[in-house]
Amino acid sequence: MKIIVCLKQVPKNDSILRINEQGTWIQDRDLTYEINESDQYALEAALQLKEKHGGEVIALSLGPARVQTVIKEALARGADRGIHLEDATLDNLDAFGISTAIAAAAKAEGFDLLLTGLQSDDYGYAQTGVIAAELLGLPHATIVMDVQATDGGIRVKRELENGFFQWVSMPAPAVLTIQSGINTLRYATLKGIMAAKKKEIKKLDAAGLGLDTASLTPKMQFRRVYVPVKSKQTQFLEGSPAEVAAKLIEKLKNEARVF
Amino acid sequence: MSLSFNLTDEQWQIKKSVREFAEAEIKPHVQEWDEAQHFPRELFAKMGALGLTGVLFPEEYGGAGMGYVEYALIIEELSRIDGAIGLSVAAHNSLCTNHLYQYGTAAQRERFVTPLAKGEKLGAWALTEPGSGSDASGMKTQAIPRDGGWVINGAKNFITHGISADTAVVLAITNREMRSRGISAFIVEHGAKGFLAGKKENKLGVRASETASLIFEDCWVPKENLLGEPGRGFVNAMQILDGGRISIAALALGIAQGAYESALKYAQERKQFGQPIFDFQGIQFKLADMATQIDAARLLIWRAAWMKDNKQQTTRESAMAKLYASEIAVKVCEEAIQIHGGYGYTKDYPPEKHWRDSKICTIGEGTSEVQRLVIARQLLTS
Ligand SMILES: Cc1cc2nc3c(=O)[nH]c(=O)nc-3n(C[C@H](O)[C@H](O)[C@H](O)COP(=O)(O)OP(=O)(O)OC[C@H]3O[C@@H](n4cnc5c(N)ncnc54)[C@H](O)[C@@H]3O)c2cc1C
Repeated sequence: MKIIVCLKQVPKNDSILRINEQGTWIQDRDLTYEINESDQYALEAALQLKEKHGGEVIALSLGPARVQTVIKEALARGADRGIHLEDATLDNLDAFGISTAIAAAAKAEGFDLLLTGLQSDDYGYAQTGVIAAELLGLPHATIVMDVQATDGGIRVKRELENGFFQWVSMPAPAVLTIQSGINTLRYATLKGIMAAKKKEIKKLDAAGLGLDTASLTPKMQFRRVYVPVKSKQTQFLEGSPAEVAAKLIEKLKNEARVF
Repeated sequence: MSLSFNLTDEQWQIKKSVREFAEAEIKPHVQEWDEAQHFPRELFAKMGALGLTGVLFPEEYGGAGMGYVEYALIIEELSRIDGAIGLSVAAHNSLCTNHLYQYGTAAQRERFVTPLAKGEKLGAWALTEPGSGSDASGMKTQAIPRDGGWVINGAKNFITHGISADTAVVLAITNREMRSRGISAFIVEHGAKGFLAGKKENKLGVRASETASLIFEDCWVPKENLLGEPGRGFVNAMQILDGGRISIAALALGIAQGAYESALKYAQERKQFGQPIFDFQGIQFKLADMATQIDAARLLIWRAAWMKDNKQQTTRESAMAKLYASEIAVKVCEEAIQIHGGYGYTKDYPPEKHWRDSKICTIGEGTSEVQRLVIARQLLTS
């Protein structure tokens, strides 16, 4: 099975976030980065499929030079090679633009499965995989929790709401967006880290991908990013202890929504 | 020498991977292991899978083939979460396994280094005795040739993994007249007749690292278990300590780093007089000093490790790194408690354990006083 896993580099989840001067996004000056959480589970799912059925795992990331660390980390965990999409014109794209670039690279490479995480921890659009599938004209499944190989295709378990699941059989090649927490992530071993040094990372730019960058101009933009204003309210509940308790429960449930 | 303070991409990855491992596999158990004095033997298999039990040894012997810089990063990251694990990994790698690797024959390396490096077996290194610590060559344990092998009699004290080790490197006198030139090293395996584990120590800190005495009562080992040249055991042990001390320095550094991070976070969260205590200059000065001391220790350690990787003699540099890192670790941890106030005195926050753990670093593998002796002696030789 030839599997391409898309890995996004996002700010570490314990980063101290400060809004930039223009008020349009966060300052990237003091940030440290990591692999987007659900993408890590996608990588692990790919590595497990390879261990079971053989084949190849390719780690793909789009972004500036710093995203190489994401690819290297994937190689250290066991991916076979990397693809780095790097081009100044590909910075600051929206989900459609990113998906277009990924789809172009994936198509050129060829694959049985293209995996992405369910959504990114920074923007949280949950669109990259789905749009890429549409652009490639391939079937896709979202919020995937398990992937099994079948004759000529795959069977996947999808998460629905309220603890319900759905099993879907689909042909390959296909695009899947993977849910967090579905497997146990492996650590990069010392040997894996050293072995990764010798693995190939192919670089591709917009021209190499045959992209018309003018058509990728974001169709969406951030007007203003701001920190939610905290407010505090005090209410006094009156009545007998039983009445007060009932009112409190009601308020916690419907106003504060704590359960 | 090219001077660079940048870690390579691979070194960053090692640091990150070990940090992830320590936070996921060790952190949730730290307090429980500490209170129960539970030595988590099972953790060694997991660390073995990562390569942490054979950091310094070539792949052909099941190791990861890394140098001392990587080794110091690994011990620091483990100790940032739990100094007891840092100490155990250090004693296993750079004392026991390294002595076997450095001075063992090809057959001894194959037989003993490989399973230790893979984490299948656990190692101990036994120099100290009840009557000889700093004055290690004043040992009494003796080995006498008999029946095509050696018979060992005596006792060792304060030995890391004294009870659980599968393989122990034991130093013993083979020629009393020759004093420190009459000491040899032997490989003694768990279960050897006459080789008994003694009492497990109940300790102030590093409580999850097992420390116990060893007793040898007419313990016979075959001649293949002599390690290195006869009479060279003590000299070799001192060379092993030159490397080992880098790891104790890294142990101290990791403990200090853990305590410092806790204090820095707490200072920003805790409010008194209507403001975070971090905003008080008195607290800022403490944190500034702690950060500076930690950085200075790290640089001394990286220098010693770099020199070791470049095959230079590091007696002086290892001793300096060990002395400085261990002394500042105790201070940094104490200040971390101070910054946490009363909460720092409880087991609800990490610094009290860091503080207890840090104290071993000024004692093990040579006390601070001994480090100063070693450094002073080196001052006159170069
Ligand atoms: C948790 C733990 C783990 C250990 N693990 C191991 C191990 O795996 N293997 C092993 O072989 N040993 C191990 N040790 C032993 C350790 O290395 C010794 O405790 C240490 O070397 C000090 O020896 P001592 O305890 O006999 O103290 P002593 O040598 O009796 O020292 C007592 C005091 O006198 C001072 N002193 C001694 N000589 C001088 C001098 N010439 N000038 C000035 N001051 C001096 C010392 O600095 C110290 O302050 C371990 C110890 C502990 C506590």
